[in-house]
Amino acid sequence: MARYIAQRLLQIILTFFLFLALSYMLLEAMPGDFSQLFLQDPKLTLAQREAIAASLGLNRPPHERFFRYIGSFLRGDLGVSFQYYPRPVVDVILERAPRTLMLFISSTVVSFYVGFFVGKLLAWRRGRVLEYITTVGGVTLYTVFTPWFGLLMIWLFAFTLDWFPIGKFITPRLWRDAPVEANVVFNRMLLTALVVSIVLLTWFILTRRIDTRRRRVVHWGGMGLGLTVVVGIWGASGLGPYALNILHHLMLPVLTLTLISFAGTMLLTRNSMLETLREDYITTARAKGLPEKVIRDKHAARNAMLPVVTSLVFSLAFALSGGVITEGVFSWPGMGEVLLTSAVVQDIPMMMGALIFTAIFALLAHLVVDILYAFLDPRIRYG
Amino acid sequence: MATEERHNPFATAQPAGDGTTLDQQERERLRAQPLWRVRLKLLAGTLWNNWKLFTENKIGLIGLAIILFYAGLALAHPLLMGRVWDPLIYDPVIGFDPLAAPHPAPPSAQHWLGTDPLGRDVLSQLMFSTASEFILGMVAALITVTIGTSIGALAAYFGGWIDTFFMRLADLVITLPAIVLLIVLGGLFTLDLPLLALVIGILSGFGATTVIIKSQALTIKVRTYVEAARVAGGSHWHIILRHIIPNLLPLTFLYMMFTVTDAIFAEAILSYFGLLNIRMSWGLMIHTTQSAGYLLNFQTWWLIVPPGLSITLLCAAFYLVGRALDEVVNPRLRKR
Repeated sequence: MARYIAQRLLQIILTFFLFLALSYMLLEAMPGDFSQLFLQDPKLTLAQREAIAASLGLNRPPHERFFRYIGSFLRGDLGVSFQYYPRPVVDVILERAPRTLMLFISSTVVSFYVGFFVGKLLAWRRGRVLEYITTVGGVTLYTVFTPWFGLLMIWLFAFTLDWFPIGKFITPRLWRDAPVEANVVFNRMLLTALVVSIVLLTWFILTRRIDTRRRRVVHWGGMGLGLTVVVGIWGASGLGPYALNILHHLMLPVLTLTLISFAGTMLLTRNSMLETLREDYITTARAKGLPEKVIRDKHAARNAMLPVVTSLVFSLAFALSGGVITEGVFSWPGMGEVLLTSAVVQDIPMMMGALIFTAIFALLAHLVVDILYAFLDPRIRYG
Repeated sequence: MATEERHNPFATAQPAGDGTTLDQQERERLRAQPLWRVRLKLLAGTLWNNWKLFTENKIGLIGLAIILFYAGLALAHPLLMGRVWDPLIYDPVIGFDPLAAPHPAPPSAQHWLGTDPLGRDVLSQLMFSTASEFILGMVAALITVTIGTSIGALAAYFGGWIDTFFMRLADLVITLPAIVLLIVLGGLFTLDLPLLALVIGILSGFGATTVIIKSQALTIKVRTYVEAARVAGGSHWHIILRHIIPNLLPLTFLYMMFTVTDAIFAEAILSYFGLLNIRMSWGLMIHTTQSAGYLLNFQTWWLIVPPGLSITLLCAAFYLVGRALDEVVNPRLRKR
């Protein structure tokens, strides 16, 4: 296994550099360059435009720029963004990434949870009217034209019903005299979510062996205790209202994304579960006289999880690149928006910076999935 | 093996249900037929059985009905343009109706789905685009599936450096920026629908689809019948073509349907952002609506509902058919 992982890491590094070279060449191959953006300004003379191009290094031949880029990348320097000049690329990414991660990780987790839960029930009671309604409804939502659906949700819930704010990620009036920047709060929220999930996971693993009836009390008690501690800490820090403001802005996009994407997980879980239900150990469990709920949740659902987990890992890996459409519709200033604008105005360093982070996550995710496969299904081996 | 091939499989004595052999006359009749006709009959029988299995699933039938409806729309458009509709008024791209002004005009007897902000007939646009959406989806799906299945089977069967090469290639394709690639291609060529279908097919075929099909092929490779074929002296190609690929077909079918959906959806999104150079499509209809400022104007519903609903319906239809086909080809998913 160690040898396999080492080999894969080596391959990942090779693939990554190939990706780096190919992406850079693709970006260079786009017609025009950043300085041509100023063609629309009649007051800017040719000399001034050439000066801009020279200051950004755009007058150099492409191969020279390419090798310079690779050189500075190896030194850990991702360069300066053209459109946000003179901010360094890393700076822009560090500003945008927490917002995107917050939105997409929460919506991915919620939609996988909902999809897994519904899919499990669909497989268990197949052939009912409810199954047809849920499948057709879920598939329709899955294939709905996203920009229009997003705007419809805003129109319904934010404009007509006025339950949620319209777009953006904070209310400027509230944040005017805030003690800290929005991103500090974002980072703390992400940290809180991470710590809470690790603590809860450890708690569940530790209390695994307690018998069923008492375990439920222990589990819910633990979750309640964790929630109280989190609320207490946020309340004491004085940042509570700001965090709530962010959560309020987060709700509508998360709801929309969940509605759009839960059907994918639902169908995957359903199919996987139907195959699992045919296995001999389900018959054995039935013959042992175990309660239906135990067979469904412990024997079938757990073994049906493999493809669902795979697709969850891949989805989480791509959470960083965000969604161009969703972020555009909800005017959520995240990575997806950066990717689109920098592709359109040809801000090469910014684009490369954003792509590099996404690529690293995606490549590692493929490795994690392969290892997870061998871990969850011992029949698969790697030589 | 070869001698057996020449014999008609029905001609050899076969014990019927009660232990007696088939009727002599019947056997003679079967022996008289050439082998291909028997094979054709068997194939027809299988197809009929599969069709019966398919019709058991109401969801698949709904999907099939929607697909047939849109196919009808696509076929009717050239006929209507040639016989009924005046090209000056009803042309999907350059038509204009001066009598229906102000545009966008609501649905009327002349324009069943009204006109768009530029005075063009919405129904004509919708029907004209349907054919290209079908072509786009089918071409992309066929390319994806051909590439995905052959590479998936080869990589899983041979393993080693072939596997490594194609899997890392898949990683590369997955991480490459698709929007930038399309912008670059749009700069180099006129990005019309066949080219878009080719790009989507190749990207999807070398990318995610291959990874999934390969992992399925891995589980087939270790089945006992593959080992039996190898022990019996089957060559690599025999095992791949006769054992691995036929068993991959169920998954392949499913992903073919998914690719159709993805391709139609990708075209709609790209047109919506104005990144494509095509004459007319559903995505472009929404783009026109949006750029003229009618996207959330519910009084002019005929601008947004027909293309939006068509994208959803056709994608959902392929999805539903894919799911129903999955149950036909995968006996483990069927009802007990």
